[in-house]
Amino acid sequence: MALQVEPGVGTPVSVDTGNRAAPRKRRRVRAFLRNPTFVAGAAILAFFVFLALFADFLCPGDPLDMVAPPVLWPGQDLAFPLGTDSLGRDVLAGLVHGSRASLLVGISAAAIGLAIGMFVGALAGFFGGWIDTALTRLIELFQTTPTFILVIVIVAIGEPNLQTIALAIGLASWPTVARLVRAQFRSLRESDFVMAARSLGYSRWRIILQEILPNALPPVIVAASVMIANAILTEAGLSFLNMRDPDIVSWGGMIGAGRDQLRTAWFLTALPGATIALAVLSLNLVGDGLNEILNPRTEP
Amino acid sequence: MGRRIAATLRRTAIHAVPTVLGIIVLDFLLLQLMPGDAADVIASESGVATAESMAMLRQHFGLDQPVLTQLMNFLGHLAQFNLGFSPRYNMPVVDLILQRLPGTLMLMVTALAFALIIGIAVGSVMAAWAGRWPDRILSVVVLLFYSMPGFWVGLMAIVLFSVKLGWLPSDGDMTVGAGLTGWAMIADRLRHLVLPALALASFFVAVYARLTRASMLEVQRQDFMRTAQAKGLHPFLIQLRHALRNALVPVTTVAGMHLGNLLGGAVVVETLFGWPGMGRLALEAVLARDFSTLLGVLLLSSFLVIVANMLIDLLHAWLDPRIGAA
Repeated sequence: MALQVEPGVGTPVSVDTGNRAAPRKRRRVRAFLRNPTFVAGAAILAFFVFLALFADFLCPGDPLDMVAPPVLWPGQDLAFPLGTDSLGRDVLAGLVHGSRASLLVGISAAAIGLAIGMFVGALAGFFGGWIDTALTRLIELFQTTPTFILVIVIVAIGEPNLQTIALAIGLASWPTVARLVRAQFRSLRESDFVMAARSLGYSRWRIILQEILPNALPPVIVAASVMIANAILTEAGLSFLNMRDPDIVSWGGMIGAGRDQLRTAWFLTALPGATIALAVLSLNLVGDGLNEILNPRTEP
Repeated sequence: MGRRIAATLRRTAIHAVPTVLGIIVLDFLLLQLMPGDAADVIASESGVATAESMAMLRQHFGLDQPVLTQLMNFLGHLAQFNLGFSPRYNMPVVDLILQRLPGTLMLMVTALAFALIIGIAVGSVMAAWAGRWPDRILSVVVLLFYSMPGFWVGLMAIVLFSVKLGWLPSDGDMTVGAGLTGWAMIADRLRHLVLPALALASFFVAVYARLTRASMLEVQRQDFMRTAQAKGLHPFLIQLRHALRNALVPVTTVAGMHLGNLLGGAVVVETLFGWPGMGRLALEAVLARDFSTLLGVLLLSSFLVIVANMLIDLLHAWLDPRIGAA
């Protein structure tokens, strides 16, 4: 367990032990449940996770199969409540199965971006000096390059499958986290509890990983939900440009396919887009709620 | 003032040199990783290719040289402002980019202006009524725009304004073959500009609105705000001259950081609206493995971002005189 010294900056994250932890944990859970923004976002997000997990059960069969006459409007045939596209594929099945690609790419891209960003940011912020100068330069370098073009180039280097897309978005999105973590480490490394840990002779890595990192996490957790949201938006843009795995149904790809019927059957574009917006909205709500809970600020 | 501007410019320019060099090398190496080259694409499009003709194509474009030689050649040409030759479009990359640059610049400047003006206005209104119903309603609307893919907003705008209402065109940057001149031509161009600019701006409107709200609320707690109130200034003037002016510093900083994202977003929006700009050029260049064009576009966009951030530094020195003095 970590050091028994109350940190001077931020909230203690892993310092309490024993029976003191139980009521505190309960209080924290209650703080989450009392925040309406967080609850609303988490509920919508849970719904999408449910769709992704049970897609095969909810809409059995391949969503890319032709199952009905082409371009049925929503409500026209109750067997296909959201209609069918120009190839007679069920739109509802596409939306349900598409949640998999979006969530998978969003979460893995954010994980990659967070890992690189936290590593770079922690090194730069903790050590300072020439390491900081060099890494800050690297961050700037990535930030001057248009993110989306970078993603397209990386996807073009590999095959356009889910792994490559997640990797590309992760590789292009780490600088924001790196900046955030760097700033946190710079302010925390001077704080009293780090001094105490130093005086106890703890190794640098122990101080970085067990003392500073847990206390630097709250803003990173908020950033993580926004990163997943942005990754889903980027994936939608890529799929819309046809840089996607052709064997996997995705919301952005459905928009791209529906675009040809924009004048006659605009619902083919509207429905997947609204689904993307709802999924991203849920993550942004979670992010806003987490921000209010973890970084409380009294508004005037 | 003049000396401070010069000092700021010099500092940023010196700072930018290693960044530019780093970008050139990074982009160049990244493109080398891509499988296939322009010769492959040209050969596959013409349908017939012998090993000899492929080798000739590669030799012609210098693709058979070692990577380091290619990089050195590129740097040598770049020193003379020569970005190389595009195998795909059969013309010098500089000419190609100069053809597309005005379109992209017009689209980006318009979108950025839309985003900043609407975003700051909405954010200020939200901050002024913080916690009450105008703030709550606007917060929900802003959060929705924050969550919608920009290109989808564009598609829905096409359905409403082009298909249903027939008010605005949805393709290209002007009416082809109309032979318009003078004011009619300018009006025609502006009408073509509205939808793509709105699609590109939608996400950033939300970003700036949220940011303006947060920083306006942050400023309210400062001492100088209390002083301004004690002086008996009109509340509107206090908000405009004291609160907004200070809140603009973080907003413009983020606007500068987002410029690269705006250029990236232009790829999708330009493709969607058939807008002849650099974003679409970048995508076409990736698909055609036209590395010299892609490298040119990447370099120029990084250059644009650096120049824009320089301008923002100057703006900050004007907004908050303490910043430039350091």
